[in-house]
Amino acid sequence: MSAVQATTSLESTKLADPEASLARQFLYYMSMMREVEDRIERKLYRQGKIVGGVYVGRGQEAIPVGTALVAEPEDVMFPSHRDMAVFLIRGVHPRQIFAQYMGRVGGLTRGKDGNMHMGDIRLNIVSIISAMAACVPVAAGAALALKYKGTRNAAFCYFGDGATSRGDWHEGINLAAVQKLPLVLICNNNQYAYSTPLEKQMACANVADRGPGYGIPAEVVDGNDVIAIHAATRRAVAHAREGLGPYLIECKTFRMTGHSAHDAAEYVPKHLWEEWGRKDPIDRLERLMGERGWADASDLEEWRNEVRREVDEAVRWAENSPFPDPSELLDNVYEKR
Amino acid sequence: MATTYLEAIREGLWEEMERDPDVFLIGEDIGVYGGAFKITAGFLERFGERRVVDTPIAESGIVGAAIGAGLMGLRPVAEMQFSDFISCAYDQIVNFAAKCRYRWGAAVPIVIRAPSGGGIHGGPYHSQNPEMPFVHTPGLKVVAPSTAYDAKGLIKSAIRDNDPVMFFEHKGLYRRIKEDLPAEEYTVPIGKAAVVRPGRHLSIVTYGAMVYVALEAAERLAAEGIEIEVVDLRTLLPLDGETVLASVRKTAKVLLLHEDTRTGGLAGELAALITENVFEYLDGPIVRVTAPDTPVPFSAPLEEAFLPNTEQVVEKARWLYRY
Repeated sequence: MSAVQATTSLESTKLADPEASLARQFLYYMSMMREVEDRIERKLYRQGKIVGGVYVGRGQEAIPVGTALVAEPEDVMFPSHRDMAVFLIRGVHPRQIFAQYMGRVGGLTRGKDGNMHMGDIRLNIVSIISAMAACVPVAAGAALALKYKGTRNAAFCYFGDGATSRGDWHEGINLAAVQKLPLVLICNNNQYAYSTPLEKQMACANVADRGPGYGIPAEVVDGNDVIAIHAATRRAVAHAREGLGPYLIECKTFRMTGHSAHDAAEYVPKHLWEEWGRKDPIDRLERLMGERGWADASDLEEWRNEVRREVDEAVRWAENSPFPDPSELLDNVYEKR
Repeated sequence: MATTYLEAIREGLWEEMERDPDVFLIGEDIGVYGGAFKITAGFLERFGERRVVDTPIAESGIVGAAIGAGLMGLRPVAEMQFSDFISCAYDQIVNFAAKCRYRWGAAVPIVIRAPSGGGIHGGPYHSQNPEMPFVHTPGLKVVAPSTAYDAKGLIKSAIRDNDPVMFFEHKGLYRRIKEDLPAEEYTVPIGKAAVVRPGRHLSIVTYGAMVYVALEAAERLAAEGIEIEVVDLRTLLPLDGETVLASVRKTAKVLLLHEDTRTGGLAGELAALITENVFEYLDGPIVRVTAPDTPVPFSAPLEEAFLPNTEQVVEKARWLYRY
């Protein structure tokens, strides 16, 4: 099913070094997420092939990639709407993602829900709901179950800065902290919740400042540095697997789009786009890989083309996936008896 | 030895925890203290902290954690200390638990126990009957037993069910209702009403503590030669329309009774169901006896005036019988 695992490039001698091969994985998933989302937002949505809400994680790809590549398949993921790469890393095919956005039966919800509102319990991915902070107590409960069953696994819960204002966020973290549950909390602080800037969201400087209030460790990490995020996640996961309880990672980044495809984000000062555009996480990683001799310009070009080809094929597949039959409307409200 | 309604719930929980190691309890003050009503007294000693989880005071957190554990294949029973506090967990219940299966095919096999109802001088925040928002939520099941037998059988069915079940247990019945329960194991199916008193002149359809008001009224009217049939819904969602409609076809007159307030109460839905399906059988208007559209008041005379009583039911039923 996975689109990704074994590309020829991964096996090339240039990348025999484990660090280099990890970097190649980072780059692959970040580029794939960018390409899939660009295709959704800038093409299919504008063509009217995708209707409804379109939310992308442009500029924030390092967060799902750096974190989810630390997870084991038995760890339970709660990706937010800006964490598409979590699905890719778990083996959800871009075909299924396009079909999901287009409301086709090939999507993970068979058209019952749209965009990133999807999950697959067999892959240990739980679907978000729109009021995103609600996922925090639920992730705490998944972590409770992992502990209950005597595993060393953890739940990974993703949310934005906006979600940290809701009561559920506090209730979930507090409960997990008291019970010392294996919960890795990943904040995508992209500085805007829809149009509301951070300074109107909270009076403290960092989301991580709240960690000590719950008696849990918390750290701030550069949200555009996939390597730093990966390292922080390893610390958090080790903490969780040791039975020491929740760990909060705040990834500081910037939302390089509006809240959704219909939002031109004119409320964002122009200089911020330019400033953060220069910190693009994919460009940064590509530069680093060049500097270390892990990839040259032709490698990068070839990899980009591979991703594009894969995405072209996935879009074709999704467009051929049928729409659900209206007779499915009444299905699955309850378990079939 | 007769078992109270409270002991029946306790026995049901205990048996299911003995039977299935994936069943656990989560809520406020349920462990060391044994629960505000002592339903879970002794559970911590028997099953330990792993399976009897005392939580911070956070209803949304409790229900959310139950959902997460349920998604992972466990069978949590979450307790709301009073059903009045369930509004704090509303989003988790209606937006998370109720919609997982429909949206992405994931089962949420959880039970939310909610001690509800008035008559105990609890005032506006310890007396409510908040079942209707949940009856209006596709994906949930809503249960409200009136007898000790049903309370035990339904809590066991609720725990075994693979969909989220709201279990409204009436506080006023906890120690008031007693009966001999079978020694052998049994369950009561979700989604089936019961005719608890047969009659031919008029049907009273009700649930929860009002079943006893209906039975008292039926007893009094029997002395006047009026034979009342009492239907105890037991499950409010999915509603057992067949049993209700069969009773109305038989008696041709129906009085709908609930302790919940009037507007948007279940009686309105039942009235629509009856007129849509068996209008031709009716020999009189559909009559409602419910609490008025007010919060539940504290002071005894006010609370007594709030709660539907036998006298009101007798009067309305007599009027309808003569119609």
